[in-house]
Amino acid sequence: MDLIKQRQEEIIEEFAMLDGDMEMTLDYIMELGAELAELPDEARIEDNIVKGCQSKVWLTAELDNDRVQFKADSNTAITKGLVSLLVRTLNQSAPQDVVNAEIYFPQQIGMDRFIGTQRSNGFAAMIKQMKMYALALTAKQES
Amino acid sequence: MSASTTTTIDIAKIRSEFPVLDQEVNGKPLIYFDNAASSQTVKSVVDALVQFYEKDHANIHRGIHTLAERSTKGFEATRERVHKFINSAEVDEIIFTKGTTESINLVAQSWGSKFLSEGDEILISQLEHHSNIVPWQLAAERTGAIIKVIPINDKGEILMDEYKKLLSSKTKLVAVNYVSNSLGTINPVKEIIELAMAQRATTMIDAAQAAPHVKIDVQNLNCDFLALSSHKMYGPTGVGVLYGRRDLLESMPPYQGGGEMIKDVSFNGTTFNDIPYKFEAGTPNIGEVIAFKYAMDFIENIGHENIQAYENELLEYANIKLSKIQGFTPIGTAENKASVISFLINNVHPYDLGQLLDVKGIAVRTGHHCTQPLMDFLEIDGTVRASFAVYNTKEEIDVFCESLQKIVERFN
Repeated sequence: MDLIKQRQEEIIEEFAMLDGDMEMTLDYIMELGAELAELPDEARIEDNIVKGCQSKVWLTAELDNDRVQFKADSNTAITKGLVSLLVRTLNQSAPQDVVNAEIYFPQQIGMDRFIGTQRSNGFAAMIKQMKMYALALTAKQES
Repeated sequence: MSASTTTTIDIAKIRSEFPVLDQEVNGKPLIYFDNAASSQTVKSVVDALVQFYEKDHANIHRGIHTLAERSTKGFEATRERVHKFINSAEVDEIIFTKGTTESINLVAQSWGSKFLSEGDEILISQLEHHSNIVPWQLAAERTGAIIKVIPINDKGEILMDEYKKLLSSKTKLVAVNYVSNSLGTINPVKEIIELAMAQRATTMIDAAQAAPHVKIDVQNLNCDFLALSSHKMYGPTGVGVLYGRRDLLESMPPYQGGGEMIKDVSFNGTTFNDIPYKFEAGTPNIGEVIAFKYAMDFIENIGHENIQAYENELLEYANIKLSKIQGFTPIGTAENKASVISFLINNVHPYDLGQLLDVKGIAVRTGHHCTQPLMDFLEIDGTVRASFAVYNTKEEIDVFCESLQKIVERFN
């Protein structure tokens, strides 16, 4: 199983243990957000803000030994938890794999149930941004 | 239900008239504190809507058949009701729109195109909703008029001395809200209007937030225009009112063209209908307008004074309880306030608070509340806003505060 798929399966399994309890699920999401590696202050700039999110989300990507290293932060705890799920899923993969990745865990964990339409749109914007970064890094690799 | 309530209204009976309140959200009893955005609909209104769609539906005016007659009578009965509700001098001064936003746009476009010209000044306050800002910006762009902003203090009150300084012979219009949607401030509109009139300026009052709480009397206020929305008054969505003084309405060009608003149409030219029909082009929201009458009946049966006394009691109770929560900062502390509490809690973003309260079945609003210039003035991105209606209780406020306390503890 490839890395991206394997991580999504882990997430699906973890969320299944929460048994659909909304309060526990949001609590868990916020916990995951709190564990997210810190984003350096200098990365908290306008250019790194994901467009289309109501909350502020900063996202950066760089290559480390030919693998993408994502870093992220948000001004809201729940959104930070949500972006941490994506960072966890896509980190340390080859840029081309990120570009091609099929992100299916949100449907599997019933994410639309515990985040509203606005946050769902924001979440889609985060995935798009991560793939755009990966695409740019692919081009960098080729040159 | 609320034993400790000192006002004389029967809350249990009132709640029974709102079936929507009797439900669980996310496994918890619903607590609806988002009334400033839209209040729940009273059952008599829902019944009237059902009656219309099941028995009476027909297009209004000009119909010769029985159903058209019934619909027309119902529709005009609501106009009559609004006329009494806000005490306009004449029933023809009541125009139906789809909401306060459309009412303001109507004035900005129609009155604005005729009466505004280059260099004229429009005064609006720092407290305004986008719907009382953007239509004037558009009118200013079209006509060369200039917008000036009446400043407020840190408590969210209009600075009357600054207002007086801004007023001059150049002032063509003063447009302010009666009650601030974001902070709940009740503005001294009567005095604002009086001062504007001394400069022969036209006045427009956005009463969307005031109508469910405060008794409105347009003749006593002496305003030229006033706008309100049914859906904030326990009525249906898609219905608003524009009150306008007869002479002004008559002198204004039509806002939209179409059916209903004409007398005669030919390809050589068209003559327009009299007010209010001149401003009601097309088929309106007939059933909703008819049903809106019952919302006003509901409010007046309880009585504005009783509603205000009870809501003030809720506001005071909530303020005391909330102030005990660690990190609680009220936003907007005007002396004269409607039952709206905007606040922030240290370390917790409003969006997180809103979502974590929703999980507990509590509906509040988060964000800038369509008042971005106000948020800029306050140097914040947004707030959490709890707004109370006549069907809310102290018990609900207890649950709300306990839930907030738990959320705050989790973050600290």
